[in-house]
Amino acid sequence: MAEHIIEIQDLRKAFQGNPILKGINLNVDASQLTVLIGPSGCGKSTLLRCLNGLEIFDEGRISVNGLTVLRDPGHSQLEAEFQRITHQLRAMVGMVFQSFNLFPHMTTLENVSRPPTIVQGISPREARVNAHRLLEKVGLKDKAGLYPAQLSGGQQQRAAIARALAMKPRVLLYDEPTSALDPALVDEVLEVMKELDAEGVTQVVVTHEMRFARDVAEKVVFLSDGCVVEEGEPKKIFTDPDDTRTRQFLKRFL
Amino acid sequence: MYQMRMADGGFHVGGLLPDAQSEIRNPKSAISAILVLIALLAPVQAFPQSLKPLLWGADAEGGAPYEFQDPRNPSRVIGFEVEIIDAIGRILDRPTRFVQNQWDGLVPGLERGNYDLIVSGLEITPDRARVINFSRPYYVTYEQLAVRADDSRISSLEDCRGRKVGTLKGSLAQRMLEARADQTVLSYDGQINAYEDLSNGRLDAVLMDYIIALYNVGPIPGLKMAGTPIGQLEYGIGVRKEDAALLEQINSALAQMISSGELRRILENWKLWTPMCAEFFGDSPRVSGRADAYQSYMESRMQGGTAWEKIKAYLRYLPLLGRGAIVTLELSLIAMALAVVFGLNLALARLYAPRLLRAATTVYIESIRGTPLLIQLFLIFYGLPHIGIRLSPMLAAIIGLGLNYSAYEAENYRAGLQSIPKTQMEAALALGMTRIQALRFVIVPQAMRLVIPPVTNDFIALLKDSSLVSVITMVELTKAYSQLASIHYDYLGIGLLAAGMYFLIGLPFVRLARLAERYFAPEQKILTIGGKQRQAD
Repeated sequence: MAEHIIEIQDLRKAFQGNPILKGINLNVDASQLTVLIGPSGCGKSTLLRCLNGLEIFDEGRISVNGLTVLRDPGHSQLEAEFQRITHQLRAMVGMVFQSFNLFPHMTTLENVSRPPTIVQGISPREARVNAHRLLEKVGLKDKAGLYPAQLSGGQQQRAAIARALAMKPRVLLYDEPTSALDPALVDEVLEVMKELDAEGVTQVVVTHEMRFARDVAEKVVFLSDGCVVEEGEPKKIFTDPDDTRTRQFLKRFL
Repeated sequence: MYQMRMADGGFHVGGLLPDAQSEIRNPKSAISAILVLIALLAPVQAFPQSLKPLLWGADAEGGAPYEFQDPRNPSRVIGFEVEIIDAIGRILDRPTRFVQNQWDGLVPGLERGNYDLIVSGLEITPDRARVINFSRPYYVTYEQLAVRADDSRISSLEDCRGRKVGTLKGSLAQRMLEARADQTVLSYDGQINAYEDLSNGRLDAVLMDYIIALYNVGPIPGLKMAGTPIGQLEYGIGVRKEDAALLEQINSALAQMISSGELRRILENWKLWTPMCAEFFGDSPRVSGRADAYQSYMESRMQGGTAWEKIKAYLRYLPLLGRGAIVTLELSLIAMALAVVFGLNLALARLYAPRLLRAATTVYIESIRGTPLLIQLFLIFYGLPHIGIRLSPMLAAIIGLGLNYSAYEAENYRAGLQSIPKTQMEAALALGMTRIQALRFVIVPQAMRLVIPPVTNDFIALLKDSSLVSVITMVELTKAYSQLASIHYDYLGIGLLAAGMYFLIGLPFVRLARLAERYFAPEQKILTIGGKQRQAD
């Protein structure tokens, strides 16, 4: 059994009194690719955003690589303490967004090289060398000098992955990384994620690419209505799910 | 009595604080200049009495014969009051220096300590005498009616009933006319404009001090003086209440000038020696000297001038207008730099600061935007000294314009900052940046290019609004223009020249803004060249 790099216990989150996460319990194993699937509005994106502090959850406990964020009406951490820990959390957790969110005023190279100099104080020269290496890894070696607006969607998303990797995160989160892409450009992004998986990078992916989930993921988690309904190896989930809701959901994709 | 007289336009730019001026003149950079200016907040230190020049305030815009730019050499200020104060300076063995100040701000300027004396045709009135001390009169005169030469209906104030009469704003003549309340009184800022309106039929009569009529009725064709002297008024030198010793010195110098005949010689030179004067000073009404200054002035004024002569005259004005333009540019650049830097901080505070600071920022922005710049300038220049903060005119002008425009720039920035998608902030935070790092490296640079067009627009507006600072004694382009125009009676030609200068000053900044837009948006430039566009999200 692999070590749990992420542990989520009884995570709850409501938007304006509307519960979105209703007590999530989930573990993520290191060096594995975990895929979260489920119908729209089931809370998968919210769960992901709680993992790096973009959403503040109401109750529960998140532990990433030994760092624990705890919120509990009884004895929750103070707000300042919570902010401080969230900041530490982000240093370990990288995020790739559906709409890429590259910085349009920086070149592709700068998008990858500047954040480490700003956040970690790495020298610009070292950051550039590192950025060139990462861009080569995601197949954008010759696009370093271009601005995001000059790249295709698939290229932008690969650059965004390189940007996240530049921070040397322990975990990489993806929030529907291919949903905004032309179908012809989806594979080039998935290919990069597959390679990273082969290198042993821990990845948590929210996606609707069921074939990718089935073929590449080590674990698939099905969420519905703010709860984890079922989790397991893709073979099991996709061919013989225990829950009827899982079966219902998957019928539409496969 | 005359309202708008100005000083020697441009040469004493702001005049006070000579040491401060020299430092502000050629700023190495806007920022360092601001720092220098802030350092200058400290009050000016006192000179030893013997070296300290006697500063006298006046408004040279009202024109001849008080103090005005020599039409033959516009960089020199001449006038009968210039000769009087020079004579006083010689007697007291102190150098004198002229300080330009708007006429209706002369008394506040004296109290504020901008100068030590007012010598600017200021009539001795009980309400002024409550605030400042007056020397013994150095001139006495009366009110004089003027009408069109072909008009025989009016020869007294009674005849003005039901007609339109022009005079100077805030003058004794205005009070005399308004006390009667049976004619329409139109008050003017400049004497020439009133006489010209009389000439072109907008007015039926003009009532002003005799000496103003003397210098204006002659040169304007188709006008004449009408009726007999009305009333009597005396000009005195204004001195601060606490400067009793100085008042005594001035009085004894004047007494010496009266007994030695020097005052009479000066007045005769300007054709101002009237029987009323003679009686008042106990001297002979007979005129013994020649009125050289008067003759010279009339000759220069009567010159029609060929087109070539006019062009030569305009070329002569250029250095003066240019000096004004440099002040305008300097002032506008530093004020705008202040507005841009401070405005950005205001916008950031308004959007991201803790609640209390955010509320304070909102109050600041709204109250600055909701009150006139003119009043803000008055408050800063004349109001702050009451609580012990005395700023030089340049510094007051920069702070006034800079603070005012910072409120507008803050709103520009706010619009720019808010138009950056929230996802940019999220992406930056997700990379581990603090909120401040995200603002500094991600959000603000993107907002910057969006606000360049409105900020450029505001800079052009500020450039033009800077003309308002003439009310706090700055001699910038507009003031230089109105001084020249009032001496040379050419509001059209010099006006076009000044307008052209404003345009030329603004032009480079429009181009600079275009360059800056490209600098902040390099990807846009490449896109335009590449001719294709793909959107990021």
